[in-house]
Amino acid sequence: MELKTKIKAENNKQEIHITREFDLPVELLFKAYVEPEIVEQWMGTKVLKLENKKHGSYQFETTDPKGNKHRFNGVIHEFNPTHQIIRTFEMENTPFPVQLEYLEFEKLTGDRSKLTIQIIYKSVASRDQMLQLPFAQGLNMAHNRLEEIVLKLG
Amino acid sequence: MKSRRDVFQAIADPTRRAIITLVAIQAMTPGAIAEHFGSSRQTISKHIQILTECELLEQEQNGREIYYHLNAIKIKEIANFIEPFRKLWEERFNKLESIMKKYQADK
Repeated sequence: MELKTKIKAENNKQEIHITREFDLPVELLFKAYVEPEIVEQWMGTKVLKLENKKHGSYQFETTDPKGNKHRFNGVIHEFNPTHQIIRTFEMENTPFPVQLEYLEFEKLTGDRSKLTIQIIYKSVASRDQMLQLPFAQGLNMAHNRLEEIVLKLG
Repeated sequence: MKSRRDVFQAIADPTRRAIITLVAIQAMTPGAIAEHFGSSRQTISKHIQILTECELLEQEQNGREIYYHLNAIKIKEIANFIEPFRKLWEERFNKLESIMKKYQADK
């Protein structure tokens, strides 16, 4: 299977790079980050606030399968249409430190584009912890299922 | 040769993850595995077949019985802790791409 999304996470560094090429003109790729209704669709979040400008801020909200709401927010430091967004990202009510994100939008051809996201974390440990979140969630799901099975046996 | 099944697709199913957890403790026959679940034996055999096709489980003949055990090399592949993170973004970006393609077509 072709890996379209690539993650570069070198050992002992407090940053990662996410790269992805899209079958989309760069204008449309950028739009997907700007229009609240579109952001909501692909991120699976509710957009509470999204000010696309320098010194603007954003706040999104997700609802997990149990119905718990999780909010995250950040400040927009640079907003350069079809080229770049620099912003912070912070999960509210969690011990995770704020992170800094550089999003670079690049035109490849008239209908192809590339997105490179560089994320800088407070420490190597906090980076690794963020990377492990989806992995840990997957394992928890497996664990919950095992509990169900054990309960059925009992 | 490309495997017909994707490992990550295989472990996306909770019953299959539970089978992996069982077999991780000791090699088991299909019958012994099936006893741990409420589903039919046929359903469990299908899950075992999928796990075998993507090489997460390996067969071992012991007398007349076939035992299944874990393939440690393949497990290491899924234990790559960054993969679920990458998968998450892959899915989001796939969604972004299809939404924007539709948006483009509708214009």
